[in-house]
Amino acid sequence: MSTTASTPRPADRLREADQPAPRQVDGLTAWIDDRTGAAPGIKYLMKKVFPDHWSFMIGEVALFSMLIALLTGVFLTFWFDPSMAHTVYNGSYVPLQGVEMSRAYASALDISFDIKGGLLIRQLHHWAALLFIVSLNVHMFRVFFTGAFRKPRELNWVLGTVLSLLAIVEGFAGYSLPDDLLSGTGLRAMQGFTITTPVIGSYLVYFIFGGTFPGTDIMPRLYSVHILLIPALLLGLAIAHVVLVMVHKHTQYPGPGKTEKNVVGYPVLPIYAAKQTGFFFTVFGILTLISTFFTINAIWVHGPYDPNATTAGAQPDWYMGFADGALRLLPGWLELDLGSFTLSLNVMLGALVLLPLVFIIQGAYPFLEAWVTGDKREHHLLDRPRNAPVRTGLGAAALTAYGILMFTTSNDIMAIKLHLSINDITRTYQVLIFVLPPLVFWAVKRICISLQRADREKVLHGRETSRLMQSAEGGFSELHEPLNEYDRWHYVSYEPTYPLLEGETGSDTPGVAGSGRKVSKARAAFSRFYFQDSINPVTPAELEAAHHDHETHEVIEASAEPREQIEAAEKH
Amino acid sequence: MKALTSRRHPAALVLLLLIGLLITGSVYAALAPKQATAANGSASQIEDGRKLFESNCSTCHGVQATGTPDGPSLVGVGAAAVDFQVGTGRMPMVAPGPQAPRIKTEMFDQDQIDAMAAYVASLAPGPSSPTADQIDASKGDAGKGGELFRVNCAMCHSSAGAGGALTRGKYAPGLKNVEPKHIYEAMQTGPQSMPVFNDNNITPDEKRDIIAYVQQTQEHASTGGQSLGGYGPVPEGMFAWIFGMGLMVAAAVWAASRAN
Ligand code: HEC
Ligand code: HEC
Ligand code: HEM
Repeated sequence: MSTTASTPRPADRLREADQPAPRQVDGLTAWIDDRTGAAPGIKYLMKKVFPDHWSFMIGEVALFSMLIALLTGVFLTFWFDPSMAHTVYNGSYVPLQGVEMSRAYASALDISFDIKGGLLIRQLHHWAALLFIVSLNVHMFRVFFTGAFRKPRELNWVLGTVLSLLAIVEGFAGYSLPDDLLSGTGLRAMQGFTITTPVIGSYLVYFIFGGTFPGTDIMPRLYSVHILLIPALLLGLAIAHVVLVMVHKHTQYPGPGKTEKNVVGYPVLPIYAAKQTGFFFTVFGILTLISTFFTINAIWVHGPYDPNATTAGAQPDWYMGFADGALRLLPGWLELDLGSFTLSLNVMLGALVLLPLVFIIQGAYPFLEAWVTGDKREHHLLDRPRNAPVRTGLGAAALTAYGILMFTTSNDIMAIKLHLSINDITRTYQVLIFVLPPLVFWAVKRICISLQRADREKVLHGRETSRLMQSAEGGFSELHEPLNEYDRWHYVSYEPTYPLLEGETGSDTPGVAGSGRKVSKARAAFSRFYFQDSINPVTPAELEAAHHDHETHEVIEASAEPREQIEAAEKH
Repeated sequence: MKALTSRRHPAALVLLLLIGLLITGSVYAALAPKQATAANGSASQIEDGRKLFESNCSTCHGVQATGTPDGPSLVGVGAAAVDFQVGTGRMPMVAPGPQAPRIKTEMFDQDQIDAMAAYVASLAPGPSSPTADQIDASKGDAGKGGELFRVNCAMCHSSAGAGGALTRGKYAPGLKNVEPKHIYEAMQTGPQSMPVFNDNNITPDEKRDIIAYVQQTQEHASTGGQSLGGYGPVPEGMFAWIFGMGLMVAAAVWAASRAN
């Protein structure tokens, strides 16, 4: 009975499908697959294609800065002692020798002065944290102004909003840990904000601080939040965020060969992965250079926190600046006496209302815009900011308001540096916060629209060549060189937009009645606000007509070679 | 007498109170530590000072230094005030403004300043300039000085001694490169919006501790690299946005444009 294997039997045919399929992976992937069965996942990732544009790498700057902050943070935990227990400093920083302080502050000083490389790690940690939040904001601007948040990426935008909120809470918790005069003053301010919560304010403070301010509980609590809770959330959500980018595939700017249905770029392996690894080290290098040459948060000059002391020029790190600025702008008369208790609107509005409000508006924007435009289609091609004038204007106005609040937080430093009166500066900002955002909205929208008009001109009549031609009658005219079709692509590949009309029903395709909800009066009004001034792209018919007009003036040149190399393409 | 004891006049109570205050006042004045010391300049020095004062200062402070609408009376401000104000270039004031700024000038040498100080001190007693021992930072305890500084000075000058804004264009200047003598005199005389810290508030020894602290923190200002002015989070945030993010964007543009 040794012939079993070689003798074909009729039933074998039924098992054909059970035979192992020829392997399509090799090398490392195969090795991993043999042990984990992960090949499909790896292949999926490796086949991903990423478009190459510098603005798409800002997200990576945020990601890498975050990782660097996490890594350096782990080092700091080796030596930092989050304790409010009293001690007398006897480390090597002379001006503080013999001074009573908390263990937390003393250990932060030890990291700075007595542990080799400690100061560099501390500064790296703080600079990475600042740049993390700067770059996540710039990344968000990129996503906003290019419309990358539209369907199907709204959820990822919401994830991003949660990440940015977590990031500033994480930053604040970290800023409060060293227990120097500046951080203690920040914590004191936080306690002051919390206590303005109507009715439950003082209980809330007791709950957070485990008694009265400052007490001894707050430091270990902040520490758990700063090194465990929020980092875990940040890391987890950031991974989810990037996975969602892969699932959705990255968006791309309009251009020749780029459509709503493909992604043009480089595959993850080897090119993209190699590039990203290199870029990680570039970001690391830049941060290390900055941390080597520039001090950040020189805790030793401020001295230990002492509830009796305060300091001029006490500001939070920049990302909390907008809330601090709002407090400086709010006038004192907003503190209302209501019989037996006081409602401190002057503090509450800036401290408790503004922050959630900013993040709610931020998170809700994609949904608001989709509601107003009635657009339910998927978008994988990005908008050039000028082609969405109202969105771009609104974004610029929001940034202006945010910027004013942020600058107000430095009103005292501006006063001494510019030799101005702090009262005048504050008064000016109180006016600007109302006047400037609408003005900026209007100006930016107008600029976008004129840029769109200029684009239309270029498409219809070609580029100005600054060559003059004299006609037989003696008149001069400038020669216009028509765009080749590759260049034209940049200018015409966006969608025409029209305001929704009241009573119309929304639909997936413009102009076709769909099953969406009836457009209400308010929605129609918003939609008009968005789209009534729209400049729509040149249609082929318009182009045809223009060309007929210009036949005589045109210098026809051979169409240029395709300039975009298409390395890889992926279907949606 | 009878009338007074039986039906006390209402004014009697007030009178009694006044007498009481007067007695405690003079007892206190006799027993309290003296911080005002009379001038001990020679007659010729005072005379020189008077002449200098008349030609440089009297337009604003009056011929007898009793003040005019353009400048306060200097009777009783003491030699320390003159030494501080002229030594730091604040006086003679060059332009009207919310506050006379510190200016670097070579207008008067120390002898001339001393002469004017002696003249002003001869008008009425006031604080005199500190002795060399009182401002010898090496004898001070910077740790104690730091604690005093944070409680008494940081709210205006900032904990880093970088200075801070007060209302309506007034400001507490940064303390970088201020001579020990002038730190001492500032505390003694309380120039402009700064309060006076007399020897009862802060003893001469404690003043020396503060001087030691201010000096030592300056020596350590650049630990860890460039300090960006010592104004804390505001310049740091600006630096992160402009320089840090600028470099990051440049790196991104470079990486994205590189041939593969
Ligand atoms: C242009 C007018 C002007 C001139 C000239 C001027 N001062 Fe003054 N001085 C002022 C004013 C005004 C103040 C009050 C400043 C303040 O407190 O804001 C002042 C304050 C002072 C004080 C401080 C007084 C105090 O209460 O502590 C001293 C001391 C002083 N001046 C000395 C001088 C001397 C000495 C000169 C001449 C070298 C001089 N000043 C020239 C206008 C002047
Ligand atoms: C209420 C705010 C305030 C406090 C508190 C205060 N200062 Fe000042 N200080 C000022 C102002 C305002 C000036 C500028 C006065 C002028 O220009 O004439 C000043 C000036 C000075 C100067 C002169 C600096 C220069 O540029 O010449 C020194 C030194 C100084 N202060 C030290 C101290 C010390 C030490 C303490 C604590 C013991 C202190 N100050 C507390 C407001 C303050
Ligand atoms: C912890 C902070 C963040 C990290 C680490 C991060 C990281 C990334 C990365 C690496 C990408 C892909 C590359 C790119 O397009 O730049 C990306 C895409 C994206 N991010 Fe973020 N991000 C963060 C915060 C945010 C915030 C605050 C928002 C908006 C509120 C946001 C919204 C998006 C969206 C919508 C995409 C898809 C963009 C596209 O496909 O064009 N992210 N993010």
